[in-house]
Amino acid sequence: MTRWVRSVIAVFLKDWHSELRTRYAVSALGMFVITTIAIIMFSLGSEGAPPDVLSGMLWVVIFFAAMSGLSRTFVSEEERGTSMTLQLLAPGSAVFFGKLLFNLVLSVALNAVTVVLYAAFVNGFVIKTLSIFLVAVLLGSVGLAAAATIIAAIIARANTKGTLYPVLSFPILLPLLLAVINATRLASEGAFFQEAAGEFQLLISYIVVVVTASATVFDFVWKD
Amino acid sequence: MTGPTSIVAKEIRKVFNRRIIFERISFALHSPRTLVVSGRNGSGKSTLVKIMAGVLGPSGGTIALSGPGSASVAGRLMLTGLVSPYLNLYEEFTAEENLRLGMAIRGLPFDRAFAHELLRRVGLFTRKDDPVRAYSSGMKQRAKYAFALIHRPSVLLLDEPMANLDAEGMAIVKEIMVDQRQNGILVVATNDLADVDRFDERVDLNAGR
Amino acid sequence: MGLRLFLGIWLSIVIILGLSLPMVAQPLHWYDLPVIPGLEDKARIIFFHVPTAWLSVLAFLSALFYGIRYLRKKDHLDDIRSASAAGIGLMFCLLATVTGAIWAKFSWGTYWNWDPRQTSIFVLLLIYGAYFALRSAVENEEKRAALSAVYAIIAGVTMPFFMFIMPRIISSLHPEPLINAQGKVHMNTTMLMVFLASLAGFTGLYYWIWSLQVRAQRLLSDSTQSQGGHERG
Repeated sequence: MTRWVRSVIAVFLKDWHSELRTRYAVSALGMFVITTIAIIMFSLGSEGAPPDVLSGMLWVVIFFAAMSGLSRTFVSEEERGTSMTLQLLAPGSAVFFGKLLFNLVLSVALNAVTVVLYAAFVNGFVIKTLSIFLVAVLLGSVGLAAAATIIAAIIARANTKGTLYPVLSFPILLPLLLAVINATRLASEGAFFQEAAGEFQLLISYIVVVVTASATVFDFVWKD
Repeated sequence: MTGPTSIVAKEIRKVFNRRIIFERISFALHSPRTLVVSGRNGSGKSTLVKIMAGVLGPSGGTIALSGPGSASVAGRLMLTGLVSPYLNLYEEFTAEENLRLGMAIRGLPFDRAFAHELLRRVGLFTRKDDPVRAYSSGMKQRAKYAFALIHRPSVLLLDEPMANLDAEGMAIVKEIMVDQRQNGILVVATNDLADVDRFDERVDLNAGR
Repeated sequence: MGLRLFLGIWLSIVIILGLSLPMVAQPLHWYDLPVIPGLEDKARIIFFHVPTAWLSVLAFLSALFYGIRYLRKKDHLDDIRSASAAGIGLMFCLLATVTGAIWAKFSWGTYWNWDPRQTSIFVLLLIYGAYFALRSAVENEEKRAALSAVYAIIAGVTMPFFMFIMPRIISSLHPEPLINAQGKVHMNTTMLMVFLASLAGFTGLYYWIWSLQVRAQRLLSDSTQSQGGHERG
């Protein structure tokens, strides 16, 4: 393992252990997801809603949960004044990929919980083609983490971080959201896996492009 | 990480919000060498130290750190240790854990025995398993020294070295400075020249540009 | 001076022609414009609405270009150029969105349809809004310039994806583009001439406003610098 890879893993582990120790993100995010789904259940009432709408709403919950949780990795460094500490320890690329890895794990775990709760409690949400849905959630989580991480790095350097985060993220994430919502809709209609291939291709290229671009520009954000 | 090390600065200029903090700063340090950076509050001492640490880039001019492994960014980071009021440790972790992550994130193996020796040297061994959050400001300063030395850097940059320290702490720091002065490059940024017993060169940021 | 006059006259002629050339079912004279069934007189919007939309994209690309240049050379002037382009782009984008919505009302009955083109221009508006929200949230000038440039780059690389995904999702109410995907031009020659002339005129207008803005911002920033400039803390 090269030194760089060890650095990346160490950055990930630092965030991971820090989270285990303080449990800020997990409890707050967990409550956020539960609360949001409860609100949706109450607003839909006993009637439910057409599958199209339910597919979209799932991703609304996921988007806002991501906005609550994925900025923490950079914002907490700024708030505690440890950004410079990290800059002294590893080159920018290692920090970026370490934190991207952390957001990836967080995103996948969070969305898995969200999906399970949503499927269990929201009336009328039915998935007929499980394979499409699972791939969509996985690729969607990865793509979310990819875009959300670089935006988190940007807003960590600005004032009014909390409100700025969704404002900057939404236009960037829109192609991804449209693709996964479409795929989810196909899954709920019982389409064949091949029919969602276009969406998956788009998602994969989106992930590659965003990660590459983010890694390239990261130093301009991270270093003063 | 020993081996001949040098820091060469040519005509460094730093601008913030298009205000010139300092300019035309040049010096050449070849180990062993001690540099003092003096100047009143706000003259840019901390800024110059950050530039030397590689954390900030100059707005103009060049600065080059050479030594074993200095071809890569990671290599240069390994050559440098910094103690500064602006540097914060991870307060949810213990002193020992901070030292451990200091090595891990640099991609280096953790030498537990050496870490304990360092903690003993700065007088924190008995508190090594308490989170840094619980330390007094003097203890935090001492912890910063351990953190700065854990990777045995050739270059030690000290910004306000005696901040928050009691007499015992100051004595420990003076010893650390003596060691560093003999084997590598020591840079001390301070208002109080009594902090440094001996120095070879001086950059005064008060004087004109 | 002469150039400005020329631009003014050019645009005036374009506007007059665009609004007044007769639209007839079978164009006979060189100055006749064809009637497009379903659009008729409202097709004239193509001379004005479409250029504003294209220019809002051009302005974004310009902001992106100068942003990248800033990251490379750290020349404050490049940041001024980038932000000025974005400001004008925002203005044209607002115009395009509003004129598009008005036209949508006349043609299809509702101001907003979420068809790909309307959604695209709206997303561009969101990007411009986000860009300026970011700028106003960063106090340090050098940081503000760097972060804006980075955001423009990230937005720039994701925009093409948006253009690919939209057609798959919603079928469009927008009229069949007269310049279609194969690049073949269906427009009647006269119409094409007026259209291209309008495009050129608007581009000139954009460039003129942009250079004025850059010059103004530059003077403003130079004067604040010399006031605050050489104080020592």
